[in-house]
Amino acid sequence: MAKVTVGKKACAVNPLKMSQPIGGAFAFMGLRGSMPLLHGSQGCTSFGLTLFVRHFKEAVPLQTTAMSEVATVLGGLDNVEQAILNIYNKTQPEIIGICSTGVTETKGDDVEGYIKLIREKHPKLAKFPLVYISTPDFKDAFQDGWEKAVARMIEVLVDKPKSLVRRDPSKVNVLPGCHLTPGDLDELHTIIEDFGLEPSFLPDLAGSLDGHIPDEFVPTTIGGIGVEEVAMMGYASWTIAIGAQMRRAAEALEKKAGTPFKLFERLSGLAPNDEFIMFLSEISGRPVPSKYRRQRGQLADAMLDAHFQIGGRKLAIGAEPDLLFDLSSTLHEMGAHVAVAVTTTHSPVLERVHTDEVLIGDLEDLENLAKAKDCDILITHSHGRQAAERLGIPFYRAGFPMFDRLGAGHQLLVGYRGTRDLIFDVANLIIADQEENRQPTPDTWRLDGTVSHGAAAAATSH
Amino acid sequence: MSSLAATIQGVFNEPGCAKNANKSEAERKKGCTKQLEPGGAAGGCAFDGAKIALQPFTDVAHLVHGPIACEGNSWDNRGAKSSGSNIWRTGFTTDINETDVVFGGEKRLFKAIKEIIEKYNPPAIFVYQTCVPAMIGDDINAVCKAAREKFNKPVIPINSPGFVGPKNLGNKLAGEAILEHVIGTEEPDYTTPYDLNIIGEYNLSGELWQVKPLLDELGIRILSCISGDGKYREVAYSHRARAAMMVCSKAMINVARKMEERYGIPFFEGSFYGIQDSSDSLREIARLLIERGAPEELMARTEAVIAREEAKAWAAIEPYKARLAGKKVLLITGGVKSWSVVAALQEAGMELVGTSVKKSTKEDKERIKELMGQDAHMIDDMAPRQMYKMLKDAKADIMLSGGKSQFVALKAAMPWLDINQERQHAYMGYVGMAKLVAEIDKALFNPMWELLRQPAPWEKASGNWQAKAMAQMEAEAAALAADPVLAEKARRSKKICNCKSVDLGTIEDSIRADGLTTVEGVRERTNASGGCGACSVRVEDILAAMGPSAGEASVPFLQAAE
Repeated sequence: MAKVTVGKKACAVNPLKMSQPIGGAFAFMGLRGSMPLLHGSQGCTSFGLTLFVRHFKEAVPLQTTAMSEVATVLGGLDNVEQAILNIYNKTQPEIIGICSTGVTETKGDDVEGYIKLIREKHPKLAKFPLVYISTPDFKDAFQDGWEKAVARMIEVLVDKPKSLVRRDPSKVNVLPGCHLTPGDLDELHTIIEDFGLEPSFLPDLAGSLDGHIPDEFVPTTIGGIGVEEVAMMGYASWTIAIGAQMRRAAEALEKKAGTPFKLFERLSGLAPNDEFIMFLSEISGRPVPSKYRRQRGQLADAMLDAHFQIGGRKLAIGAEPDLLFDLSSTLHEMGAHVAVAVTTTHSPVLERVHTDEVLIGDLEDLENLAKAKDCDILITHSHGRQAAERLGIPFYRAGFPMFDRLGAGHQLLVGYRGTRDLIFDVANLIIADQEENRQPTPDTWRLDGTVSHGAAAAATSH
Repeated sequence: MSSLAATIQGVFNEPGCAKNANKSEAERKKGCTKQLEPGGAAGGCAFDGAKIALQPFTDVAHLVHGPIACEGNSWDNRGAKSSGSNIWRTGFTTDINETDVVFGGEKRLFKAIKEIIEKYNPPAIFVYQTCVPAMIGDDINAVCKAAREKFNKPVIPINSPGFVGPKNLGNKLAGEAILEHVIGTEEPDYTTPYDLNIIGEYNLSGELWQVKPLLDELGIRILSCISGDGKYREVAYSHRARAAMMVCSKAMINVARKMEERYGIPFFEGSFYGIQDSSDSLREIARLLIERGAPEELMARTEAVIAREEAKAWAAIEPYKARLAGKKVLLITGGVKSWSVVAALQEAGMELVGTSVKKSTKEDKERIKELMGQDAHMIDDMAPRQMYKMLKDAKADIMLSGGKSQFVALKAAMPWLDINQERQHAYMGYVGMAKLVAEIDKALFNPMWELLRQPAPWEKASGNWQAKAMAQMEAEAAALAADPVLAEKARRSKKICNCKSVDLGTIEDSIRADGLTTVEGVRERTNASGGCGACSVRVEDILAAMGPSAGEASVPFLQAAE
C-alpha cells in the first residue's frame, strides 16, 4: 500500500509531465482520416507536434485555431469556425477532434456552443463528426487528456443499439490506454484474432502511427479506426479496457450500449497475461492456441534467466500512472525493489504500486531520490537522459516521448512476448553496466576503506 | 500590456530591416507578421521564438512562467551545444494550476525564483512570460524586479507570450529584453582591439566551433556570442566589442542595430554557410576591426588564412566531383542561410533543379532567395502526392530541405538531407561545407534506395503507391487538358501570394477592372505581396504579361470560362 504524495515545490524542474490537450490530440490520431485541432495559440500546437514527430519520426497531423491576443480576449468563435472550415475544405477529413488549451479555458470559450452555431451556419457540417473535449493545460496531465478524449468519442460517435438487437459474439472492443505503443496494439490484435475474435481498437494508433508507407498520401491520419466502425462498437459482445485510465471510456460504452467490459489494469507480466489469455479463451469458447503455451514457457524461462540480474536491484521509475503501475509491478515480480516512484497525476492504481511512496512530481525529484536511495536502474521517458548520465546508472527508456532512440512506436511491453523482451532488455542493461563500470579491483573489498590511486580513477570514470 | 504593445510596435518599425524600408507607413504599422490562418497554420509562437533565441545562453536558468504545456512539452529539444554549464538544458517551470489561474501566479513565480537560486545558484535567471499568466495579469516585470532586489541577482523578464505573434517576433522581443536589461550592465576584465560580437548565432550542433578556431588563430576574440554557447556575463559586457557580425538569419537585427546606435559598434550581415560566404565574412570582420583601430596587418593574415582554408576545402570536395557530377539536387528551403551552399554544390559538379541557378552574382542571389523562399512556402501547402510528382518531374537525385517535407521525401524513396535547424550535422565554415558534400554523397549512394524502390514481390510494379500517385496526378492533368473551363479555373486558382492567400484570378480581375499597372496598386486592391513581399516579382510578371494586348486576348477566354 503506497502513500501518494504531491510535491510542494513552486518550481517544477525537468518536467516529467506533459499537457493534457496533446494527450487528447494523441487519442484523435488513432482515428482514420482524422485531424486533431488544438484551440489555442499556435505554439500550443507546434510544441506538441514537434514532440510527436520526434517520437514517431513520422509526419503527424495536428492543427491550431491560431488564437491571437485579440482573438483570445474577444473569444474564439471566428477562429474555431475558420479552422474547421479550412480543415474541412483543404484536407477532406473524416473527423475533426478539438481540444481546448490553457489560453482558451482561461477566457472560458464555450466550444460546444460554438460547434452548434457553426453547424447551423454551415449545413454541410450539420452531420460532420466533430468531437470536442475540454482540456486546460493548467489541470491534469497527458494521460488524462487521452482518457477524456476516448470517453467523449464513445459518447458522441457510438450508435445506441436498437433494443432487442443481438450482440455479435465474435466482435470485441479494445480500449487501450495511451501507454500502449503501436507495437503493443499489433501484438494484442494478433493475440485476439488467434482466438477467432474480431477486435475494434479505439483509438487504433497501430493503424496510423506504426510507420507504414501509405497507399495514398493524405494530410490527415493515414489509418486508424474509421468513424463508421466506432459507430458499430455498441454491437460487440465485450469491451476490453487496458489500463485504469480506460475505465471511464469502458463505462461510457456500457452506459450507452450496454456492452459489458473487462478492465485489465496491466498487460505486462506473467499473471496479468494468464488472466488475459484465459479471458479470451472463455469468451471465444476456444482453447488456448499452442503458440501462447510456448510463449508462456519462453517467458517463464526468461524470468528464470534474468532474475539473477534483476533480483535485488533498486529501481527508480518515473512514468504516468498506468505505465508506472504496469512496469514497476512486473519488475517487482522479478525481485527488483521499487525504491523510487514518481508520476504525473492521480490514479486509483498508484496506491497499489509496490513501494512506500508514490510522488506526483518531476524528474528532479526522481533524480534526487534515486541518488539518495542509491538506485541501480532508472526507467523513464527520454527526458531522463540527463539524470541518467549524472547518476551513472543504466537507463531504460519507456513512455512518451522517446526522441533520442529509434523505433519508439515498436517497443513491445504487453503479452508474454512483450514481457519477455522487457525483462531481457532490462537485464541486458544491467549486465552491460556491470561489465563496463562495476568490475572488481584489488581495492573493492579492502577492509580499511583506503583506495589505491588507479582504482579511484576507474571508479569515477563512468 | 501597454509596454509590451509598444515594444512590439518598435520592432515592427525596425529601420535596420530591409523589408521594412520598402514598406509604407501604414504597412509598417500592420507589422511584418503574417496573418495566421486558423486550421492552416504551422510554426511556433512568440514564446517559442524568444526561448530559441535566448536558451543557448548556457549558464542561465531559463524559467517558464505558465502551465505545463509551454515547458513540459518542449524542454531540452534544441540542438545547441555548450562548452561549459548545462543548466540551460534544465527545464524550469512554474507549472501553474487552476488555483493560480484564479488567484494569480505571482507568488508562485517569486517562490520559484527563490528555489532556483537556493538549489542551483545560476549567474542569472531569465523569466519567460506565457499566454495564461499574461491573460490573468501576472506582472512578471514587477516580480523580477522584486526578486532582483531581494536576491541581488539578475532576474530578467522576457515578455513574449505566445499569442502576440509568431516565432520571428519572439526572436526580436527576446533581443529587446536583453537590450533593456542585460547588455551594458557589466564590464569585461580587459578589452582588446580584436573584440567581436556575433549576433544571432545559436551554435546548433556545435557549428560555431567550426569557425572559432580560425578566429582564434587570427587573434580575434569572440567577446560575446548572442547567444550560442554564450554566458550571461559575456552578453552583459558585450557593449565593449569593437565590431559585430550579424548572422544572416536577421533574427536579431534589432540587437545589432541598437548596439550600433547606443555603443557605436558597427556591424555587418554575414554568413558562415558556404565557402565564399565564409571568406567574405572573415574579410568583413577584419575590415571592421581595422576600421575600429586594430592593426592593418590583420587583413594580410586574414587573407592568408582564407587562401589556405579555401584551398583545403576545395581539395576536400575534389574527390567527390567525379561521383557527384551531373547529380541533380532539389534545394528547397525557407531559410535564407541555406542558399549560400549553392556555390559549393555547383563546385562539386552538382546541378540545381527546381531553381534556375547560375554562378551567383548579387542579383542572382536575390533571385535565388526569392525563388527558394517561395518554393518553401509552396511545399508547405503542397499535398504530398503533388510533392512526389514534383520530385519525379524534376528528376532530382536528392532533395535538401527543412524538416517538414522530410517524411514525404523519404517515403518516396528519395534521398534526403536535412539543412534546417533540427539537423544533426554541423555545416558551418570551410570544414562544414566539405562535410555537407560528404553527407550528400553518403545519402545519394546508399544501396538501400534501389531495394526500396522495388515493389514487394506480390505487387505489380504498376500497383505500388508511387505508380498510383503518378497515375492520379496524370489523370488530373489530362482532365484539365480536356476541359478548358476546368483548366482556366485551375489556372486562376494558382496561389500567387502565400502570406495573404491571394490567387492569380483575383489579381488578374482587379488589374483588369481597375486598370492597375504597379505592384503597389495590386497590393492596395488585393493585399497580394502585403505579407513577406517575396511574391512582388510574380506580381510584376503578371502585370507584364497582362500588358494592353495580352489583357484583351484573355478577356474572351475568361468569358468562355464563365
